[in-house]
Amino acid sequence: MNVKPIDIATVHELEERCYKVRHDLLTLVYNIGMGHLGGELSMVEAAVAMYYRYMNYNVLDPHNPERDRFILSKGHCSETLYCIFSNLGAYSLQYMIDNFECLDKSKFGMHTNRKYCPQIEVSAGSLGHGLPISVGMALAGRKQKAKWRVTVMTGDGELDEGSNWEAIMAAGHYQLGNLVLIVDKNGLQMTGPTSEIMNHEPLDKRLEAFGWDVRVIEDGNDMLQVCQVLDTLPEADPVTRRKPIAILAKTEKGHDVDFMAGQVKWHGGGINEEDYNRAIESLEKNWKERKSKWQ
Amino acid sequence: MAVKTTFDFDQMLSNAREAYGEELKRMADDGLDFVFTYTDNVAPSSSAGKLVKAYPERCFNFGIAEPGQVGASCGMALAGEVVYAQVMGPFLSLRSADQIHTDIAYNDVNVRLIGTHAGVTAGGGPTHNCIADLALYRAIPNLTVVVPADAAQCCKAVRQSLTFQGPMVIRIDRAGSPAVYADNDYEFEFGKAIETLPGTDVTIVSAGSPVYWSMMGAKKLKEEYGISARVIDMHTIKPMDTDMLLKCARETGNIVTVEEHSINGGLGGAVAEFLLEAGFHGKFKRIGLPDEFAVLGETDAIYAYYGMDPDSIAKTVANLLK
Repeated sequence: MNVKPIDIATVHELEERCYKVRHDLLTLVYNIGMGHLGGELSMVEAAVAMYYRYMNYNVLDPHNPERDRFILSKGHCSETLYCIFSNLGAYSLQYMIDNFECLDKSKFGMHTNRKYCPQIEVSAGSLGHGLPISVGMALAGRKQKAKWRVTVMTGDGELDEGSNWEAIMAAGHYQLGNLVLIVDKNGLQMTGPTSEIMNHEPLDKRLEAFGWDVRVIEDGNDMLQVCQVLDTLPEADPVTRRKPIAILAKTEKGHDVDFMAGQVKWHGGGINEEDYNRAIESLEKNWKERKSKWQ
Repeated sequence: MAVKTTFDFDQMLSNAREAYGEELKRMADDGLDFVFTYTDNVAPSSSAGKLVKAYPERCFNFGIAEPGQVGASCGMALAGEVVYAQVMGPFLSLRSADQIHTDIAYNDVNVRLIGTHAGVTAGGGPTHNCIADLALYRAIPNLTVVVPADAAQCCKAVRQSLTFQGPMVIRIDRAGSPAVYADNDYEFEFGKAIETLPGTDVTIVSAGSPVYWSMMGAKKLKEEYGISARVIDMHTIKPMDTDMLLKCARETGNIVTVEEHSINGGLGGAVAEFLLEAGFHGKFKRIGLPDEFAVLGETDAIYAYYGMDPDSIAKTVANLLK
């Protein structure tokens, strides 16, 4: 994956994608009555950047063996991925609404299922599973001398689960040069601040102590900063042993919808008509303001 | 009789744990492609250890970390590999239950979990006993559960599993149970039980090492009680060969199960559930570990203590048929 250094026009394009993904996400959650908007809104920039710029991936050829893999370990935030797949041309928004958790006709679920939706790499939902699975994928890539990269996104609250630390240890031990971990570090879990519920800090030092190369995005909802850090990723190398790369993206839960931003109560659930209208209004206002500063 | 067993021959020792490792090594030597994962329980001197030494690029040690191993095995399978994962049975089933359910079975991947040290064969007390695994596996969709009767059958299962589609558990003893089959010249198919001894008064349904104990018990039943007992090797616990169960119920009228597992939720439970729903009215008895943490002692002594040795099996069956 050789990418040219990020230019501002590309950043703006990606920002517009993020706006559209968030718009669709709110509409999807409003229509189906379930979601995890807080974490779904916080992860948008990193996920959009990966799918639109930093992966060899064709949404219409999702099982191509040469593809880069993106594993969403925080499987409850599936709807952000669905909306990215939709924006990439795989599904219409209406198709997703019509085929969401409808018994044996389901194509989409609140938690990811790889058999229902072929763009999903791993059926997930129970936390602490994506990272160990990704370590296995990267090891298989080493055996196969494959050029693809495995990128796994976890939440930060999710890092409470011990299975992650087994995998963090194993990735450091095997020195996987084809594995990238992105932590969507929004600082809140279901019932409160991660720092109060189970503190992981200093997370960078802890990962470094396990043999990882840690890179920090100070504002993970700022596309320019996201791209500047992702631009530093070296080519995936299945064979040469080097430190696996962890990207700590400091994000905001509920980002870009003002009354959801940084609010624990928007972790999960549906959204009523009044709140949906307020959310869209807030999102559109923020978008107009951002665009007005472009020139 | 369809198959030749060791029943009429001198006892031959059989070590499934060593034999399956040798089979994997032979498969690799034959040019077959697969990956092997393990925790820190594969000795370099063991046959699996020799596989690791000969094929380091496809063997991965995960230390004392079963969930990490099972999760990673899923990832390897998602990347196109067939994965053999050796894990000590109690820790596979209890510690990695979440990964077996969600990573292996829900993702429906080609991982063969080799659970060693079935029942109380590990020694060392209840922390190392593997008595609840079948109860767990039976309740997990997509999972095929195989309990080979001896080392040679274990090798057949391991080799055949290479091209099997979907997740599978292969449950084996620690070591050293007698061979059931006299040679390899019999048909082995997942889900198709094997009659290892003919009989007309009662059927003993069993899997794993207890198949041999059941055959010895059947021999005593004939010699000492004049009872003709049929023995069935139900090597695939899930999906179970219910046609064979119906046939035996119809032809012998009475059913006994013997298993190296808690009597709750294992082979006996599966057979009972099926037979009751099928309208079975004959006599029925489960033989296995009772609902308690097992006493401490040598493996054979513990099994005898709980009435799972051939003499006790014969007595229990004879009493049932009185």
